[in-house]
Amino acid sequence: MATEVSHTGPSLRPDPQPPMVGGKHSFDTMTDKITSVIFAVTPKGWIFGFAISFLVLQVLLMSITYLLYEGIGIWGVNIPVGWGFDIVNFVWWIGIGHAGTLISAILLLFNQTWRTSINRFAEAMTLFAVACAGIYPLAHMGRPWFAFWLLPYPNTMQLWPQFRSPLEWDVFAVSTYFSVSLMYWYIGLIPDFASVRDRAPNQLLRMIYGILSLGWRGGSMHWHRYETAYLMLAGLSTPLVLSVHTIISFDFAVSNLPGWHATIFPPYFVAGAVYSGFAMVINLAVPIRHYYGMKDFITDKHLDNMAKVMLATGLMVFYGYGVEAFMAYYSANEFERDLMMKNRVFGPYGLFYFALIFCNGLMPQVLWFQKVRSNEAILFIVSIIVNIGMWLERFVILMSLQRDFMPSAWGQYSPTFWDISTYIGTFGLFMSLMFLFCRVLPMISIAEMKHLLPEAHVHSHNDSHGHTESAHGGSH
Amino acid sequence: MDAPKTKIYGLVAEFETPTQIVDAANKAREAGYTSMEAYSPFPVVDLHEAVGFKRTKLPTLAFLGGLTGFCTAFSLETFTSGGAPSFVTPFLPDWFYYPVNIGGRPLNSWPAFIPPEFELTVLFASITSVFGMLLLNGYPRIYHPLFNVPRFSLVTTDRFFLCIEAKDSKFDLQGTKQFLEGLHPYEVSEVPE
Repeated sequence: MATEVSHTGPSLRPDPQPPMVGGKHSFDTMTDKITSVIFAVTPKGWIFGFAISFLVLQVLLMSITYLLYEGIGIWGVNIPVGWGFDIVNFVWWIGIGHAGTLISAILLLFNQTWRTSINRFAEAMTLFAVACAGIYPLAHMGRPWFAFWLLPYPNTMQLWPQFRSPLEWDVFAVSTYFSVSLMYWYIGLIPDFASVRDRAPNQLLRMIYGILSLGWRGGSMHWHRYETAYLMLAGLSTPLVLSVHTIISFDFAVSNLPGWHATIFPPYFVAGAVYSGFAMVINLAVPIRHYYGMKDFITDKHLDNMAKVMLATGLMVFYGYGVEAFMAYYSANEFERDLMMKNRVFGPYGLFYFALIFCNGLMPQVLWFQKVRSNEAILFIVSIIVNIGMWLERFVILMSLQRDFMPSAWGQYSPTFWDISTYIGTFGLFMSLMFLFCRVLPMISIAEMKHLLPEAHVHSHNDSHGHTESAHGGSH
Repeated sequence: MDAPKTKIYGLVAEFETPTQIVDAANKAREAGYTSMEAYSPFPVVDLHEAVGFKRTKLPTLAFLGGLTGFCTAFSLETFTSGGAPSFVTPFLPDWFYYPVNIGGRPLNSWPAFIPPEFELTVLFASITSVFGMLLLNGYPRIYHPLFNVPRFSLVTTDRFFLCIEAKDSKFDLQGTKQFLEGLHPYEVSEVPE
């Protein structure tokens, strides 16, 4: 009998102990609740929100069009600051994406049940954030129609990319990250597409979702392979997500510039990425659970856990700032010291440094209090401040370029209208995609949520004699 | 019952709980049926073993995929950068040989080649897992005879189905139907091809 198998290691079926589903739900009401969002009449609030996002998206299109027409001279970048808002925003958006992978992959490996209801839209957030991020390096090339020159392919010029450059590593890291996140997201959606197909009110929807589901029927062997593939993807994404932000930090750390050439960069960039990403997940989860009535699935406990992750990663980031400053002092390198003690803190953008310490280091300490973590309005505001702080962090790091070694080579950067409009525009892209996602796709994983219900467990034959041993093999 | 006019794919029994479907699959396997499959709205613990399937080979495939990715990136970087041993380089085509001297650094700067190698390993292993899973499962297959059974649409909500296929050597419409009914299902239906 297959009922006595002990179940070690992570899987799609987490330990059923903590009740992460509120209210009274059966498989049926759960499927109904999540799919009904797709079949319902488009809510007025959705139309309003989407219209605004779509309008902001046009700002991006205008900015990019003018950029292609005129060239990157429309931005404030020049020597010595050859990267401006574009790299700041690139790193910021990619970082936001990392929380999605952390939730979907790393928390799966650690058997954290609470990830189940937020992983779908967190993964969507990852994809959309990476899409926003991808715009910046492409636009910064000046001639984005030659972007494919970055890829290694045999060509008539007999040239190959410079594989020793962190910028080339970025090409591999970001494209792999996007592809793997897309596949992970899609295979997670397949069984849910089938649920939508089987509940579709008309033939057209049944066909569309039927094709998207690839004809999923849920056979036992299919599920077995599916779980295996899903688990392997989680195992592969975990080092992947760490590598992506590590490589992005190499863009800075591999150079010799004071303020950049530091070994603390990789871990502190990864922690910062997760920090801002969780802030963004909270910023999305609070309105979603409110407007779609999903408080049974995204419970207060979820917000509490996310706030705790934010607090932990925030402390790591704060520690990173400390190490950065200490190492600059301890290196006894006058350029490092000058940058850290004078130019960064009291230089042209010194105010930004203090704002960053406030937003990322001091203010999040309120998350130590249970009262704050359980108040969704305060949590929402704290998350916005954290995201501002993380943007400031990248900006402050980048502004090391202003004052490197010789004062005669110093310069000052200030963003132009087009820098700012491109940044605002990517919010339009991100929010438009997010709105479309909530409208047409199941925003919570239905098949995985079913595991959280007690009915999902196989009971051994002894049950009728008074034993309540679950098939999960003595984890009680 | 009369002999069916249309060809049938098999017989399907509907169950209401995961426990029932595991019991039913075990009993069917013990009764000697081999061509069958159990369907569920979510993965049920070890149901595939109850039906009689073995562990999937997918992890091995993914490993080979990852190895291919590593080798691809390794050879690409080493050969194009001119880092291959000198007895190999004369055999490389011109377009695959592009040594660049940067500040006198070695052509075979393998530590700098690690990040792309790592990324391609992950990429190829992931592609193999995902597409391997889909292809081994026979997807995409938009149409399937089981979709002819109206109640089968509940398989994505809360019902569990055991289908014994007509190609099974032990299959016989009457006998198998009686056998399935003996498992106390909610309903037994024929699946037209």
